[in-house]
Formats: sequence, structure tokens, C-alpha cells
Amino acid sequence: MKIGVVTFPGSLDDGDAARAARIAGAQAVRLWHADPDLHGVDAVVLPGGFSYGDALRCGAIARFAPIMETIKKAAADGLPVLGICNGFQILCEAHLLPGALTRNQHLHFRNRDQWLRFDNVASAWTGSFVEGQEILIPVKNGEGCFVADADTLDQLEANGQIVARYINGNPNGSMRDIAAIRNEAGNVVGIMPHPEHAVEALTGPSLDGLGFFASVLQYLVAPASPAPAQEAQVRETVTIPEPLIRPTIPVEPDPALAPPAWPEIPARVPAQADDAEPVEADDEADSDPAAEIDEPAVAAAEQRRDSSEH
Amino acid sequence: MARVVVDVMLKPEILDPQGQAVANALPRLGVSDVASVRIGRRVEIEFEGEADVERAREIADKLLANPVIEDYQVKIEEQAS
Amino acid sequence: MSIDTVERAESTPDELQPYAELGLKEDEYLRIRQILGRRPTQSELAMYSIMWSEHCSYKSSKIHLKQFGEKAPHSDRMLAGIGENAGVIAINERLAVTFKVESHNHPSFVEPHQGAATGVGGIVRDILAMGARPVAVMDPLRFGAADHPDTKRVLPGVVGGIGGYGNCLGLPNIGGEVVFDPSYQGNPLVNALCVGVLPTDRLQNKAATGPGNIVVLMGAKTGRDGIGGVSVLASATFDEGSERRRPSVQVGDPFTEKLLIESCLELYEAGLIVGVQDLGGAGLTCALTETAAAAGTGMDIQLDKVPLREPSMESHEVLASESQERMLFIVEPSNLDAVLGVATLWGVIATPIGVVTDTGRVHITWRGETVVDVPPGSLADDGPVYARPLREPADLILLQADRAETLPRPTDLRETLLRMVASPNLCDKAWVTEQYDRYVLGNTILAQPEDSGIIRIDEETGLGIALSVDGNSRYTRLDPYEGAKLALAEAYRNVAVTGATPVAVTDCLNFGSPEDPAVMWQFAEAVRGLADGCQELGIPVTGGNVSFYNQTGAVAIHPTPIVGVLGVLDDVAQRIPMGFAHDNDVVFMLGDTTAELSGSEWAWVVHGHLGGRPPHVDFAREQAIAGLMARAAELQLVHSAHDLSDGGLAQALVESALRKDVGVTVALPEGADPFVSLFSESAGRVLVSVSRGHRQAFEALAAEFEVPITALGITGGDRLAVKDQFEVPLDELREAWSGTLPKIFGT
Repeated sequence: MKIGVVTFPGSLDDGDAARAARIAGAQAVRLWHADPDLHGVDAVVLPGGFSYGDALRCGAIARFAPIMETIKKAAADGLPVLGICNGFQILCEAHLLPGALTRNQHLHFRNRDQWLRFDNVASAWTGSFVEGQEILIPVKNGEGCFVADADTLDQLEANGQIVARYINGNPNGSMRDIAAIRNEAGNVVGIMPHPEHAVEALTGPSLDGLGFFASVLQYLVAPASPAPAQEAQVRETVTIPEPLIRPTIPVEPDPALAPPAWPEIPARVPAQADDAEPVEADDEADSDPAAEIDEPAVAAAEQRRDSSEH
Repeated sequence: MARVVVDVMLKPEILDPQGQAVANALPRLGVSDVASVRIGRRVEIEFEGEADVERAREIADKLLANPVIEDYQVKIEEQAS
Repeated sequence: MSIDTVERAESTPDELQPYAELGLKEDEYLRIRQILGRRPTQSELAMYSIMWSEHCSYKSSKIHLKQFGEKAPHSDRMLAGIGENAGVIAINERLAVTFKVESHNHPSFVEPHQGAATGVGGIVRDILAMGARPVAVMDPLRFGAADHPDTKRVLPGVVGGIGGYGNCLGLPNIGGEVVFDPSYQGNPLVNALCVGVLPTDRLQNKAATGPGNIVVLMGAKTGRDGIGGVSVLASATFDEGSERRRPSVQVGDPFTEKLLIESCLELYEAGLIVGVQDLGGAGLTCALTETAAAAGTGMDIQLDKVPLREPSMESHEVLASESQERMLFIVEPSNLDAVLGVATLWGVIATPIGVVTDTGRVHITWRGETVVDVPPGSLADDGPVYARPLREPADLILLQADRAETLPRPTDLRETLLRMVASPNLCDKAWVTEQYDRYVLGNTILAQPEDSGIIRIDEETGLGIALSVDGNSRYTRLDPYEGAKLALAEAYRNVAVTGATPVAVTDCLNFGSPEDPAVMWQFAEAVRGLADGCQELGIPVTGGNVSFYNQTGAVAIHPTPIVGVLGVLDDVAQRIPMGFAHDNDVVFMLGDTTAELSGSEWAWVVHGHLGGRPPHVDFAREQAIAGLMARAAELQLVHSAHDLSDGGLAQALVESALRKDVGVTVALPEGADPFVSLFSESAGRVLVSVSRGHRQAFEALAAEFEVPITALGITGGDRLAVKDQFEVPLDELREAWSGTLPKIFGT
């Protein structure tokens, strides 16, 4: 079974999610935000981090990555998707899950080991847990406070879409202590704490996180009857380092945009590529309004004249 | 009730990583004619009586803005009543 | 607007230049004229003033720092040492580790959040420049009194800045210190340590070799960040209104830095670059001249190619800018396209700005005219060197005579204990450390509040590294020579108690003004102590940083050498944590306790007293303990080990018990003053818990290593009990210990 882990610019826990998938017995496949191809993976993890520096709102920019279009479509067809932390935020921004994650009530980033209790385990990612089970996994976020209007919250409760809640203290002020929710179909789950950081005795507070990855493997084998066993949690945590899978480079750099060879020094790296090439040099992002004269055309013209006025 | 609005912006010469990241994302939405984006904060202060611009300025200066890196503008908002 | 070109400088030799305002002495200015054979241009003057500043040239500290090289024990492990961006230590045939601690004190006082954030960013780039992937950070911090109003401004800002930057970069924060003392009221210390890992064959070099190779600038655009120092040059050519536009505060963008890290690592991996240098203090000026000087080459730079955030910038501003998140690469022409391609993939700007030459001169043009033509070595290597006058502080004799051992001692030890654990320096630091991500990258084996941070660097073999940073400025104030040794001993011991073997040292030396002979004496003594200590321990200083002028008015901070020690652990599964883990384990203390209370936390908290001489250091004992602990870890004899330092045995018992909520009952040695047993800060001591079955084996091992060992008691229960003295329930201890910072800084 192949679990894909998406790397956005600013993703940080992508390596950890891949390691967790591997320890659970899956093949981890590293996916690249700009590549819309899912490369045949059976499930996808959107990992934690600060995609695009959390600019504007967490997840607000990552939502528009080419791979998200594909994931949205595949999720509608039942692809299991797990969003962890920043991944949860992206799922909410992409409207794959309801609600939103906002600034922690106490306004600080908070990293601690957190107890959760499962409310409902009927999802692709939680089948190996049992209802009422309590687990200990790290929480670490600055904007993890789940909010939604009362109707949405009531509906989530009624549909059994609240997967897990914080117990022994709410670390961020989340409404109704919500730590994880799922979509109606149960294939898309968002969780604020970090199961991928609780998969090895040496590095985590428990092995409770493994259950999420083991669950999806069981689900993929027999989606209708998720086994209730907690087998996954007794696995020995021998780590087999994943061969370094480089992010798939989506599009060859456009030759037309290739920089001219020395000594014809280009003013900068070619700027805007087309939509399929969303890695931006930041020509147009200048923070100074006066920088308008920095536009590529002008820069190119200057380059030719080697102009001395400015 | 009278409302004073304080707009807090990073000084023009200060790097705005947020604005930069947003500007960089715009081409993906098909917007290619934006030169720059800068992100600031809008603060609304409700006075119990008259709008006190001077007091608002004092609040902005001492608390709302960090004068080392931010500028602010204070204005009375005309409220439709 | 006229440009001050080399040609113009030659034709106007008598033009007055604001060298004094730029911090250059008259003889320094004359020397620049002598080197150039003419007056410097504005741009050149800016470059010399920065490169010859204390910060970049180490002009006051150089003659003392030499000892780190001269006294350094030979180490086959050292692949790069002092003078490089960071020291590099081979861990095995395949892997090396690079680490360094640096200060960002002054910027953090002006703007705590951004100052601290960019401090993290800067040290991370130093590590990156060696070819390593940064894997963890640590932050030794010093603030004024905890209850001072300004501390409420500075501390939350600093902590938020460190967290905001480090968390966003995806680097676990695995340790550090938070210390309060009024001497830092107007001058907090923000030191940042970063550690990185690289394959030994991927070590990078800063030398700009190979005439014809291309100089590429990568990362953020250049703005007027941090050019406050050279703004005096601009005032001549700019209208008054533009003065405002010269921030001395740099704003960090961790997102860009993250992309820069990934880009750099790809470039290294693919072998696409010849040389690399990060841009930190002194920006382009430093990067260009150091890379050229290191190779003995020259450069032709077209400064107009540098991407600017503000197009109105002048050449000297571009050269002096300290805009963050930039790196300089030396690239063979055939690899240029590939380098620019990697940058495009990650969405960072990369720009060829010049070419390496064999002229031995750095030649820079601006608007088509030559504005700089200098021999790079004159900036990078041949700055002024001063042997500043030294004088023992006049008050030292009286200070040392005022011993804390003579202070009235408490009768109620229980009350004293509760008061001590709640004091700002001994209390729980979770308020700070919970704002840092310690889990990211999935290799954190131990993190604060453990004695060392431990990072696994090879998942296959379990190979790991341990790091600790320590410093006690009260000790250094009382005796800078012994105080520096004590800082080294503590960091060394903190690494050793986890079972790791200490292998290398980094330091950040925070002092007042070098122009004050008393401060300079403290500095000289501290450096001598540290160099002697490293010689005795047989581990080298691989790099570090000096921060002078830490003072408010004429009053300097306590001399504060911060020492970082790096250790190696062959298998992280053998690491020894600090907390009591099981009931019914035997609790031992290693080492000897004597009545050493001068400079202690007790004297400070209870009496507000600082005087006497600091505890005695015995490096032979420290080495014996390190040997013992490494062997005990290998044999898996020990369940926990915790260094005894600030607050003495009492504090160590509390911390080991609260870590996993396992109580302890101890009996203090007969015949000794119970107060001294509990609160003395004698060095060379460790609190250990051992299962009953391993008791004899461990005692035999201690005898083998000739380490004194005292059985103190047994773990278990829900309280800390000291026989014939007092009992405190763990809940009560925890409440006292963990309540302090939230009470001051909010929850």
C-alpha cells in the first residue's frame, strides 16, 4: 500500500509523516505540491508545517496548489486523506472539512503531550481504535483553535463526525474540545495534534499515533469492515530509513525562461512561469511600491543598455 | 458610541513576508497585474462618548503599533445610524 | 546625484570623510588611506568601517582567543575549526556535525521579537554554509529581574521570536537556559545555538576559487535592513526625509529561509557549487571580501545586479545591508543554469552578480562606474588588532572577601526548599519551552528540561549527539577564570550524564565594553579559564562568538561566557534521562559535597547576596564521572542521572522526582549540615537512580573510575521525603515549581 505525503513550500512534518507511514508498514511516497499527479497512491497525508509561511491564514495559499485540485476530486471519490495540523487547516480552507482553525485562545504557540479521547472511530484513519479510547500524542500549534457556527457543530455531533476531543485540558480553546473531525463519508480526517510524532518509543510520548496509519492500511484492504484490533500499536519500532525520494519535479523549467549564460548577467531568475509552474521567483512581490520599475521587461531593457540612470 | 479606526501597517521599508507570500500566490489565481501586496491590521476602538482621536492616537502609539517597525493612521469612522 | 567613484576619490584627496561617525579611529582611517594609496570612496569607507568594527574584526578579543588554538588538544575529529562559519567535527567515517552559538543581544533589546528571530536565522545560515542540514537549535537567554516591568516586554517578545522563527523553519528546539539577573536589565542576552549534520565528503568551503567562476547571490531581496550604522554616509547625499527610511531592525522571514535551506542542500547534494558563504553581519561586504580573501583571488562585481527591495538604495547601502535570508555561492559557469534551476524550483531568487578574477582585488561597479577597488584581505583578515589594557576590577577583593558561607542559615529547610524551587531561576520553564516545537524532524530523543538535548542523526544505527549550553555569570563575576571553567564543567557534565561522550566545545562570550580595562580583564581571564579547561578535558573549542558592549551606561553586565558542549552517543537507545523512572530504585550521589555557597542560588534568592569565591572545579573528577556514565549507559545500569548545579542536591531531587511523578526518600549523610548537603553548589556531582539488581555493579563501576559514591535513598511514593528533616508532597512541590512564570507572564 502506498501512502502519499505532500510537500508544500514550508511543510515541516512531511518527513515525519512519511516515517510514520513506513513504520506502520506502508510504502511512503513523497508528493510535490506543484505536481497534480498522485502517482498511484492509495491514501494521502497533508502534513504539518507552515505552508507559505502561514501568510494571510494558515492553509489559505496551499489550498490553491495544483495537487489540491486532484486531491479534492479524488477525495470525493473516496480517497482517504488525513490532514495533520497545517494539513487540517488546508482541508478546512479547501472546504473538504467544515469549520476553521484560528489563533490559540492564549495567543501562544503551544507544544505539549496531549490526551485525546475518541468520540467516533468510523473513519478510514481510525478503524483500529475503539470508541472512548484515550491516547497521548503531541500537540504543537499556534492556530489550532477549532471554530464553527453552532449549527455546524451540532451537525458534526449528530453525524458522528467529531473523531476525537481533547481531555485533561484543552490546549488551544477549540470549541467543544474538538481535536479531530471527519467528513460525512469518513474518508477525510483532519486532526490538530500530531500522530506522526508518536510512533517510536524513543522519540514520542507513546506509540498511539501508529494507529492512524495502521487503520488506513486495514481500511484499504477491507474498507467495509475496519478491524477493531489494536495490533498496530504493538509493532516494534525498528526504523528503516526511506530511500531519499526526491520531490517529483513537475515541469521542466521552460527553456524560454532559462537564464542567459554568463557574462550576460540576467537581472534575476526568470519570474512568472505559467500556472503549471507555481514556484515563484518573487519579482512581482516587491514590498516597495516604487519597485514597479523592477518589472522584468524594464529589467531586461536595462540589462541590454546597462543603463546608468535609475 | 463613537468609533475610531486605527490602521497599522509595517513601515514601507520594512520587509513584509506575509504580503510577499500572498503576492506570489496571486498568479496561481490568474491574477498577474499586481505589483505588490502589503498586509496590516485594522483596529476599531469604540469610545463610550465622543470619539477621542487624540486618545486613540495615544493608544496606537503606546500599544497598537510597534513604532520601531510600524506606522499607523487614526481616523474617525462615520457610522450610519 | 553624484556617485563617489574611485576616480573621484583620486581627484578629491582632501574631501572630509565621516570616519569617526562610522566608528573608525583616526589611525585606522589613515591606515585605510595607506592601503588604498588614496582616500576611500564612500562605499569603501562603509566597508572598512563595518569589517574593522569590533563585531566583525574581533580586534579586542583576537589576541586572547588565540589561546583556543594554541592550547587546543589535538583532535582528529576536527574537520573545520575557528575562523570558519562553524566548527565541524567528524562523528564517524561517514557523518560529521557542525555547531556554533552566537549572540543577538542588542537587536533583541531594541525589538525583542524580530531581534531574537533573526538571531536564530543567522546561526542557522552559519551551519548551512558548512554544507550541513540544520537539525536542532538551543537558546541560552538572560533577562533582567523576572518581576521588572521591562522584562514583561522583552521576554515574551524574545521567546515568541525564537519560537516563531525556529518552529517555522522546522527545527526542534532541544534546550537552552532562561536566567534572570538584574545585571541584564538594560541589556538582555539572546544567544542562539544551531547544530547541523553533513556527510563528511560534503563539507563546504567559503573560498572563491577559480577565476572565471560566477558569484551568485541567492535568497531575499536586499533592503535597508540594519544599515543604521552607515546612514551617516547617506545624510550627505539624501534629503532629510529619507533619514527615516533606514531601519536598524531587520525583519526575518523564516519561510524564505526554509526554502533557502532546501535549495542549498540540493546544490550541495548535486555538487553544483565551488564555494558558499552566508550573509550575516556586514552583509555582502563580508561575504564578498571573505570568500575572495580565503582563496587569494579577486572579484568583479556588478552591484546593480543585486535585487533590491528599495530601488533608491545607494551602493554603500547595498554593501552594508544586513537583509536576512541571503547566501552567496561561487559557481562554475557550466553549472550556473542548474543552480538557477534549483532556485526556481524552490521559488527563491538567485542572481549572478559577478565573476571571480585573479587580480587579488575586489572591484565593484555601480551604475557602470567603479565604486570599490580594494584588496579583500585588508578587510577580511588584516583588520586592526588591539592589546587593550587590563585591570582587575577594583571591587573584586572586597567582593571575594564577602563570603556567602558566613550568611545566616535557615532553620526551616522545608520552607526554604519551597521558596527556592519557586524562584525564577530554578522554577519550571515550561512557559517558555512549550512555545518551541521539540518534536519536528522526529529525531528528538531528549529535550529540555533534560540535562542535554539529544538528537538521533542516523536512524539506521541509532547514532546520536548530545548538546548542552551553560553559564553561571554570578560565578564569573566572582572569579572569571574559575567561572568560565565552571561553565565548561557544567556543560561537559550535562552531556556526560546522558551517557554521551563529550567531544567539542563552542562558546559565546558576552561581556561589557572592551574599552573598560576591568571588563577586558574579566574577558581575558574567562578566555584563559576556558582554554585551560578545554586543554585539561582534552576537547577543543571549534568556534564561537564574542559579544562586547553589553552594558547600560557605564555599568557592564556580569561577565557571561556561555559554553556549549557537544557529545556523541553511539546508540541513542542507551541515553540516560534525568527523571526517576521506577519505584524502589536506589538513589546515589556521585562526587563530594563541601560547604560551597558563595555565588549560589540560595545566597541570591534568600539573601540577595553575591560574594565570595565560586565552587572549586576538578576536571579530573569531571572526566572520571564522564567515563563512568558512558560505561554505565553502555551496560544499561542506570535508570536516571541528573547533574547537580544551581540549587544543589535539593533542586536535583525535586527535578528528578517531578519529571515522571516518582517520589523519593533520602537520608542525608551523617555528620554533615543538612542545609549544606541540600543547597551547596559543589561541582562534579550527579544524582543517579539504579535498580536494586544493578546496585552492586554500579558501585563497583564507580570504584573502578574512582568516583566517590553515596547511597542517599530509595525512589517511590508521592512525596519528596528527607529523613529527620521534612516531607513535601509532589503535588505541593509541583504547584510551587510550575506556578512562577505563568504568574508573571500570564497563562
